[in-house]
Amino acid sequence: MTVLAYQVALIARRSLARTARQPGTWIPPLTFPLILMAVNSNGLRAATNLPGFPTKSFLAFFVPFSFMQGALFASGIAGTDLARDVDTGFLNRLALTPVRDASLLVGQIGGAVGLGTFQAVVYLAIALLAGVHIVAGVGGALLILLLAVLVATGFGTLGLWIALRTGSGEGVQSTFPLLFFVLLVSSMNLPRNLIEVSWFRDLATINPVSYMIEAIRSLVLTGWDAQALVLGFGFALALIAVSLFLAARQLKVRMART
Amino acid sequence: MISVGLGLAYRQITVLFKNPSLFLPPMLFPLMNFMSFAGGLSRLRHVPGFSFHSGYTAFTFVFVLLQSAVFGGVFAGFGIARDFEYGFARRLLVSAPHRSGLILGYAISALTRWTMIAIVLTIVALIGGMQIGGDGVDLFGMYALALIVNVVGLLWACGVAMRFRSVQAGPLMQTPVFLLLFLSPVYVPLTLLRGWIHEVARVNPITLLLEAGRGFIDGRPTQVATAFAVAAALVVVFAVWARTGLRRAERAG
Repeated sequence: MTVLAYQVALIARRSLARTARQPGTWIPPLTFPLILMAVNSNGLRAATNLPGFPTKSFLAFFVPFSFMQGALFASGIAGTDLARDVDTGFLNRLALTPVRDASLLVGQIGGAVGLGTFQAVVYLAIALLAGVHIVAGVGGALLILLLAVLVATGFGTLGLWIALRTGSGEGVQSTFPLLFFVLLVSSMNLPRNLIEVSWFRDLATINPVSYMIEAIRSLVLTGWDAQALVLGFGFALALIAVSLFLAARQLKVRMART
Repeated sequence: MISVGLGLAYRQITVLFKNPSLFLPPMLFPLMNFMSFAGGLSRLRHVPGFSFHSGYTAFTFVFVLLQSAVFGGVFAGFGIARDFEYGFARRLLVSAPHRSGLILGYAISALTRWTMIAIVLTIVALIGGMQIGGDGVDLFGMYALALIVNVVGLLWACGVAMRFRSVQAGPLMQTPVFLLLFLSPVYVPLTLLRGWIHEVARVNPITLLLEAGRGFIDGRPTQVATAFAVAAALVVVFAVWARTGLRRAERAG
C-alpha cells in the first residue's frame, strides 16, 4: 500500500468510526428522509392526476428526493466533524505530522461517504419493499446507488470546504438552510415542464440538483436515458471536483495559519 | 407574575436581536417553504376536485403561517433549554417570586418573534401576488388562530425543555410537531388525500385549524367555532404540560 493510500485509509477509518459511534449523528439523517418520503408521497399523490405527470406512483417519482436529502445531511456531518477537528486543535496537531493534504481531505470524507452508501442502500431497499419498480432493472438500481454515493461525496466535500472556511460547527450548521433551499428550488416535487410559475421553473432549470434528481428518476421511471444520466453524473462529478478544489485551497490557508 | 414575565421577555427579545443566528433560521424556513410550495406546486390547483377561490398561493400561505407560528414556539423552547444548560434558568427560579411568570415571559418573547416573522411572510406573500378573499374580520380570525397556535407550540416546547433541561431535547420538541403538521392536508384539500394519510389527517387537530385558516383567507369561514374551541383546548392541555414541567424543574433544583 502506498503512503498516500495508507494515510487515506487511517483518516477514513477514524472518520467512519466517529460517525458510527454517534447514533445521534446518523439516525436522524437516516430516518428523516424516510419519514418525509412516506408523508409526502401520500400527501402529493393527487399530483399524479395532472395531465402529463410521468407516473401513477408518486412514491416512485419522489424516491430521488430521499437520496438528495440524505446527501445534504452527509454534508452537515462531514463539515461538523472537520469543524470540530479545527476547533479542538486536532488539525493543528495533524499539521505537525507528515500527513498529506490530499489524504486528509479524501480520508475526512470517509464518514460521509460511508453513511451516504448505507443511506442509499436503505432508501432503495425500502422503496423496493414499498412497491417501487425500477424500469432500468438491476443495472439501473446499481447505477442509482453509485450516483447517490457520488452526490453524498459531492455534498460531503462541500461540507468540508465550509468547515475549513468557517472553522466552526455553528458556521457549518448555519449554511444548512441555504443548501436546503437549493434542494427546494429544484424539480423534486414536480417535473420541470409541469412547474407553472416561470421564475421557479427557471431556477429549477439552472439548479444542478434538478439534474441529479432527474438522473435517478429516469432510471426509476423511464429506463436508460443517456442525456439524463450524463447530466446527472456530470453535475455530481463537477460538484465533487469544484468542492475538492475549494476545500484543498482552503486547507492550505488553514494549515498555513497554524 | 406579570412583572416577572415582562422582565424575562425583555431579556429574551434583547438576546434575540443581538444574535441574528437565533433570529434568522425561524425567519428563513417559513419563507423558503412558502417560496417552494407557492412557486413549485401551484400546478396542483389544476388537479380535478381542487377548489380554492383565492388561488394556490393563499392556500399554501395559511399552512406556512401556521407552521411558522408553531415552530416559532418550538424555537423559543430551544432558548429555554439553553438557559437551563447555562444555569441562567436556575438563577431565574431562585429569583422569581412567581415562577409561572417565567412561562409567561418566554411566551411573550416567542409571540414577539413570531409577529415579526408573520409580518415579513405576509409582505412576501402579497408581493408574490397572493389573493385574499376574506375581509378584515376574516383575516383577524386567521391571525388570531395562528397566534394561539404559536402559544401552543411554545407551551409544548417549554414543557419538554423544562423536563429535559438540555438542548439535546431539541429533536423531541420538533419531530412530533413536524409530523403533525405534515400529516394534515398540506398540499391539497382533505378531500383529495387518499389512503392512510386521509384517515390520519381527518383526525389530526391541525387539519381543523388549517381548514379554518384557509376558510378565513378565502372569505368562506368554515368550522370557526370548532377550530377555536380545539385551539383553546390545546392551550389548556399544554399549559398544564408546561406548568408541570416547571414543577419538575423546580424539584430538580
